[in-house]
Amino acid sequence: MVNHVIPNTYLDALRYLSDQTFKVIAGGTDLMIQKRGTRETPPNFDSNMLYCFNLKELNYVHKEKLHIHIGSMTPLEVLLHHQDIPEIMKQVIAEMASPAIRNVATLSGNIANASPAGDSLLSLYLLNAEIVLESLNGKRVLPIDQVITGPRQTVISKDEIIKEIIIENPKFSKIQWTKVGGRRADAISKISCLSAVQIKNNKVIDFRLTLGAVYKTVIRSREIESKCIGLTLDQLKENKNTILSLYEGLIQPIDDQRSNRIYRKKVALNIIEKWIADL
Amino acid sequence: MTLIKFKLNGIDCEIESDPSLRLLDVLRNHFKLTGPKEGCGEGECGACAVLLDGKIVNSCITPLANVHMKEVTTIEGYRETNKYQVLKEAMEFENGFQCGICTPGMMIAAESLLSKNPHPTEEEVRIGISGNLCRCTGYNMIVKAVLRASKKGEGIW
Repeated sequence: MVNHVIPNTYLDALRYLSDQTFKVIAGGTDLMIQKRGTRETPPNFDSNMLYCFNLKELNYVHKEKLHIHIGSMTPLEVLLHHQDIPEIMKQVIAEMASPAIRNVATLSGNIANASPAGDSLLSLYLLNAEIVLESLNGKRVLPIDQVITGPRQTVISKDEIIKEIIIENPKFSKIQWTKVGGRRADAISKISCLSAVQIKNNKVIDFRLTLGAVYKTVIRSREIESKCIGLTLDQLKENKNTILSLYEGLIQPIDDQRSNRIYRKKVALNIIEKWIADL
Repeated sequence: MTLIKFKLNGIDCEIESDPSLRLLDVLRNHFKLTGPKEGCGEGECGACAVLLDGKIVNSCITPLANVHMKEVTTIEGYRETNKYQVLKEAMEFENGFQCGICTPGMMIAAESLLSKNPHPTEEEVRIGISGNLCRCTGYNMIVKAVLRASKKGEGIW
């Protein structure tokens, strides 16, 4: 017998999580499909479910000096139209699913689902997102790449809930979001790439690049990025092939129903090559 | 079993039910509202679309729990409004439907768009209905209908 609970407050939710094992469900756009039953039957949830989507305390966007705090139950469509959300994140969200999905889908759902093809994750990796996990026992703040450890795998404990996501809002001279999918809406990425650069006096002072759906987690290599920072734009372009070969070593895609490893690798590298060439 | 309370087409409702039930099944089987249809059953086609606090959602992937203390409007409730009349006339004028199975969802998508953006561009209309599949019209007539409704319904959205 599975228990279904709708907590009235955030504190209630934390109490339930400390008492029993629950799966937290937000908008349900992943879980309701993954556990879908036969026609006209409820989903086959195999654990207790805690329905947190309507917790008002977790639906907010707060801008502070250098950071933006996003409540874990804030729908993507709200972020898409919010004045404090960075343009680079909005570009990603705009191509995710459809308005009906975005009205209930959340960043925290993308994090907890931990799919390598979760588009919003690329913006979180790129904006150095920190994830606030809370339980009755306290709070942990972890960088996104330490929260997600593999496909469908996170370090979120049974008694924890994602409380909020904290992102930076750095200045970039140029950003690029490329999503390769079967169609323009409602498509899960075959390959995705989000990149940003800050150039001052012809010198690269910030360089960030993330790749989705080509490895078991989103790829972001600070090692490669640090090799690009400090170069002049011309030097960056001259070193294009070296940079590409470094990324090539990290890209290890899989074959699945959406695409295959040869296509994914080739196209991912083409996107990076074009990004550098067009700078 | 949990007591779920919500407003359905303007009327306060209570239902003692499994909160994991799909909103679509509750609407069709319990409340006998068959305007929302099951197409794909996984949030891709929009045939099941309803308004949740005025915004489009797919009822086939909405757990009943998520509408607790909220307001749900189906095409049956929307039909009672002036906006519906304007949109219906525009859909008829532009022949924005053939078989009709996507039409309730398209109307809901159009309402969700126009309520926050009364004067959308063609591109914005296409984004607004991007989660609703239509296999008859090729979309152009529906896009025209929404643009027409936006013009004819000046001031009501």
